[in-house]
Amino acid sequence: MSRRTPLTLAALLASFAPALALSACGSASRGGAAITVYSGQHEQTTAALVKAFERRTGIQVAVRSGDEAELGNQILQEGAHSPADVFYTENTPVLEALREKRLLARVAPATLAAVPSRYSSVQGEWVGVSARVSVLDYNTSLLASSQLPDSLLALAAPKWKGKLGFAPSETDFQPLITSVIKLDGLATAERWLQGLQANGKLYPSNETVVAQVNNGESAIGPINHYYWFRLRAELGAGAMRSALHYYAAGDPGDLVDVSGAAVLRSSSHKAAAQAFVAFLVSRAGQETLAHSNSYEYPLRPGVASAPGLRPLAELGPSPLTPAELGDGRQALELEQKLGLL
Amino acid sequence: MSSLADTAPASGRWTRAWSGRRRLPLVSVVGATIAAALVLLPLAFLIVQAQQSGSSEVQRLLLRHSVAVLLWNTVRLTLACTALCAVLGVAAAWCVERTTLPARRLWAVALVLPLGVPDFVVGFGWVSIDPALHGYLAAVMIMTLSLYPLVYLPVAGALANLDAGLEEAARSLGLSPWQAFWRVTLRQIRPAVLGGCLLVTLALLAEFGAFEIVQYRTFTVAIFTEFKLGFDVVAASVLSLVLVALSVAALGAELSLTGRGSVLRAGPGARRGARRVVLGRLSAPVLAGLAALSGLALGVPIGSLVYWMVRGSSTTLPAASILAAVGHTAEYSAAAAVLATAMAVPVSSLAIRHRNRATVLLERLAYLPMALPGLVVALGLVAFSVRYAFALYQSALELIVAYAILFLPLALVGVRSAMGQASPRLEEVGRSLGSRPAAVWLRVTLPLIAPGLGAAFALVFISSATELTATLLLHPTGVNTLATQFWAYTTELSYGAAAPYAALMVAISAVPAYLLSRRMGTLARAEGPR
Repeated sequence: MSRRTPLTLAALLASFAPALALSACGSASRGGAAITVYSGQHEQTTAALVKAFERRTGIQVAVRSGDEAELGNQILQEGAHSPADVFYTENTPVLEALREKRLLARVAPATLAAVPSRYSSVQGEWVGVSARVSVLDYNTSLLASSQLPDSLLALAAPKWKGKLGFAPSETDFQPLITSVIKLDGLATAERWLQGLQANGKLYPSNETVVAQVNNGESAIGPINHYYWFRLRAELGAGAMRSALHYYAAGDPGDLVDVSGAAVLRSSSHKAAAQAFVAFLVSRAGQETLAHSNSYEYPLRPGVASAPGLRPLAELGPSPLTPAELGDGRQALELEQKLGLL
Repeated sequence: MSSLADTAPASGRWTRAWSGRRRLPLVSVVGATIAAALVLLPLAFLIVQAQQSGSSEVQRLLLRHSVAVLLWNTVRLTLACTALCAVLGVAAAWCVERTTLPARRLWAVALVLPLGVPDFVVGFGWVSIDPALHGYLAAVMIMTLSLYPLVYLPVAGALANLDAGLEEAARSLGLSPWQAFWRVTLRQIRPAVLGGCLLVTLALLAEFGAFEIVQYRTFTVAIFTEFKLGFDVVAASVLSLVLVALSVAALGAELSLTGRGSVLRAGPGARRGARRVVLGRLSAPVLAGLAALSGLALGVPIGSLVYWMVRGSSTTLPAASILAAVGHTAEYSAAAAVLATAMAVPVSSLAIRHRNRATVLLERLAYLPMALPGLVVALGLVAFSVRYAFALYQSALELIVAYAILFLPLALVGVRSAMGQASPRLEEVGRSLGSRPAAVWLRVTLPLIAPGLGAAFALVFISSATELTATLLLHPTGVNTLATQFWAYTTELSYGAAAPYAALMVAISAVPAYLLSRRMGTLARAEGPR
């Protein structure tokens, strides 16, 4: 064996000394950014918004992207020491959970006024930024649109046995359960969920649901509309063998999921943080959102959504507001009881 | 040192590790204490959190029917996968290290690489071949194919470091080759095999991502549900302590199977590589077997990456950003591998050379974090550093420390098996010739355990390069690694753009695997006395 081994190891160790030294300075240089945004929103959408905001205000924004539930847990642990000034998420239950722990500050009234109040926190501690609509994705080679049910509850019927695919662990799925619980009661919700369980294939994510419906592995799958548009963007329109079907107005499936933003109570740059949240719902921010590849509906009245999307106004107000969906605890316990989680 | 003379065998006898009344070396004690403190961090976090729950809450969480189902799923998966990994890992290592297998160096790299493929890619690769693939058997197959390198690598290291003298003595006493393998070779490599099995078990307890894709629900599902949908850290911590209990059972089992002593090489330091078994007509079937293993473990996920790159319309950002991500990933993973290996040396050294209750307990303790989901370890570090070390919060150093805590067990297994094979008598000789302890360590011990250090470095490097959860929570703001970029694109459904990042993770994992194969190649050659 070579006698150089100790030397090689020493050289290896020495080569990392600069990395370690650098890392110690890393946290100091973080002070250069004016605000820090924790974002569970899609990275490219967030990047586009941040760029536009920086250009307009000169306020520097440092973004940490991650899984929003993990970021939510991180903020819970950081508590009063959180380096985050703003939390920007794809769903509202995580914001509600932080609000209940008193970790959020009130959003400026003018910001709240920019979007219809039904899309924001009742207490004004988070503001709705953009929306997704709950729809039924179906394979166009296997089914015609006339064969599709108008109600989410019908998916539990025996005729869909073996044809349904859904993702029970996704954050988009609990709001559907909550909606059934609130509109039709817990007992109905439990029976309905058992029917889904008997009928369906369980997928790990909405991305899988939309892909498997498109390739015919499942005939129908409840998703939010934008997964289908994103799959189309990735595969090209020619490869789409699926389409979207909307539930009847007032049905438990007629649901809007909202992406929201909040200023943290612990923020030491509250003015800049409020400015960022205000920008998200400003005309410029909402237009940036509409033109990004996220395919979400902007919530500010008068800003047009991406071409190809059925206008939000046409869909009518859904029976429940995002805030009424709460933190989704009941839905979670029901899923646990049935062994779906 | 009379005890040494008393127990020293004339030749070729099994000996227990020498555990005389030598003074504990200060450096080892300091190093091991630092390692223990780091390892205790996530455990302390769990205990502090779990204490906040009342007994009724604990009952609600643990006495559910679904929890029993999940526990059973975890146990039966762990047993099957560990057994299969042991068989595949030992068989593959023996073929590469001890036979005249063609293209051995190539196999030595290919057999390690499945470890460098992110779970998500493995799961997705299989599901895109067969969308109906799900459940117990699918989970067993996928996890065996991605975890067998955890057995292969330590065993290959132990086989390369083996003294041929014992086997030759066994043969000369009339044992058949097969008997010699069972009774001599296998006993010599037993610590490495059991260590590898322990790693497989711990990795399975913490695994989440791959099972999500094949819809196999293990106990970690219950933990993630509380974290991610319930935002209930207390409940998640109570459930995580169940994983700790399971891993304590696994650690106890491994300890009692390994036995108190470790197997020393018998010779006085002169080491000859064993003669390789001539495969002859068996070459073709052995090659076919290894090709099948690599094809399934590596070919399927890489195939799906190629498919994404060709099929997807999304393209990746400029090459400069990819290069930066490669640089960060390599830098953090290498630093973590050095740190974990450096911590594993004093921990193993104390547990083997100064064996007592305290040192063994310390060594066992160091394995626990691997059985915890990365999220638990990362949140433990978050909770600690925001309060007591804010300057380090979300710094590269903190991320490196997180990797080192998570993957210290991988380093321990590599180092331990090499340390067990290195005879302390050689160190005694060095000291008796007047060398200072530090010089003896550098000139005698280090060269003896170098193959184990190499295996430790490679295992930690590869695992760190593909780690995602702790990376997303702790990476320095504004810095991207291959894993964070891969994650960002897959959540956008931009598989075409994500694929190059996954391919690069595999590619940089090949570097330590290749370096290791070179070392093993040289080791397996006959060497004369130094």
